[in-house]
Amino acid sequence: MNLTRRQCLLLLLPAAAAGWEALQAGAPERAPNYDKTQHWWGMLLDISKCIGCGNCVRACAAENQVPPGYFRTWVERYRVRDEDMPYPQVDSPDGGMHGFPPIPADGMKEFFVPKMCNHCADSPCTQVCPVGATFITPDGVVLVDKEYCLGCRYCIQACPYGCRFFNPVTHTAEKCTLCYHRITKGLTTACCEACPTGARQLVDLKNPNDPIHAFLRTHNVAVLKPYLATGAKVFYNDLDGSVR
Amino acid sequence: MNRWRNGEHLLRVALVYGLGVVAFVLLRMALVPRSFGEFGHYRGNAIAETARQRPVFAGHQACNLCHSDVAALKRTGIHAGVHCEACHGPQAAHASDPGSVRPARLATARLCVRCHAANPARPAAFPQIDPRRHNPGLPCETCHPPHNPLQFLSQHS
Repeated sequence: MNLTRRQCLLLLLPAAAAGWEALQAGAPERAPNYDKTQHWWGMLLDISKCIGCGNCVRACAAENQVPPGYFRTWVERYRVRDEDMPYPQVDSPDGGMHGFPPIPADGMKEFFVPKMCNHCADSPCTQVCPVGATFITPDGVVLVDKEYCLGCRYCIQACPYGCRFFNPVTHTAEKCTLCYHRITKGLTTACCEACPTGARQLVDLKNPNDPIHAFLRTHNVAVLKPYLATGAKVFYNDLDGSVR
Repeated sequence: MNRWRNGEHLLRVALVYGLGVVAFVLLRMALVPRSFGEFGHYRGNAIAETARQRPVFAGHQACNLCHSDVAALKRTGIHAGVHCEACHGPQAAHASDPGSVRPARLATARLCVRCHAANPARPAAFPQIDPRRHNPGLPCETCHPPHNPLQFLSQHS
């Protein structure tokens, strides 16, 4: 052991330099003019306005290059017989992308229910990720880190709303990003942009001037599966009790 | 201090331990992504990477910059709340290069019934027609200018 202190430090110098380089290079990129801490995003889906045209499904697929046969948002048609409330008939041909061929009413209550990620404040999907590849952003959007996702599919199983899928091309979990690339630029989401009746509204719960606050106070609004306490932020107006 | 005279073996153990600690720290630096933990237990840069995606829908604000005449006409009619790209489709490419990217002309007979074909699941108050009985074969814009669909009807009644 004829190693002097000077020699030892000289030996470790390249390693220390590499470590410092790694720390310095990691300065995070930021979206300009957008403050993550000033927003808390959600969405309002108005069942009484949805006409099942499928515009939102097509718009989402075009905006986000969703692979055919998979959906980040989709529309379901519920058909409920008066005495059969717990057993609704639900269909969603092609996710409702091409509309719904009318079925003779047959004395049933019929309505459309758009579905999408609920961007839960306390989401089961982010809790089960073993590597921290899915998370909720400081502005309340649940995202998947495509670069970091292992493709283990835990989150897909964990989502109680069935809003995630496994992208067969990238081999990562995929879901609605609430058009994060749009809302951070001051635009609304693609589905809201394409919705002809205003059945979909992007809402910012941290903005005191957002009409959502008055709406929530004056309407019968519900979230899906409230008993799971996921903190869902997709609010349904006029939600029927048969919807799951 | 006699007891430390033959302590070289202790120094060697300490050295190996120290090198282990250094190796662990360096390995951790190399393996953990740079922005991990910036906002929480995830890669902070993933937020900006998601935000970098390019929009395909331009948004009605962009349309209204050039097509203010259509926007003004639309505002007076029943389609006031329908954004441009609901019917015309995604137009970000057209908005960024209006000269060379031209939006396709729309086949109204097929387009309008997407929303207005009668369907018992639609809200009853929503205007619906049976396309097989409501002037079949005629393009919708014969009677209904798409940007203000009830314009002619209100003038003639």
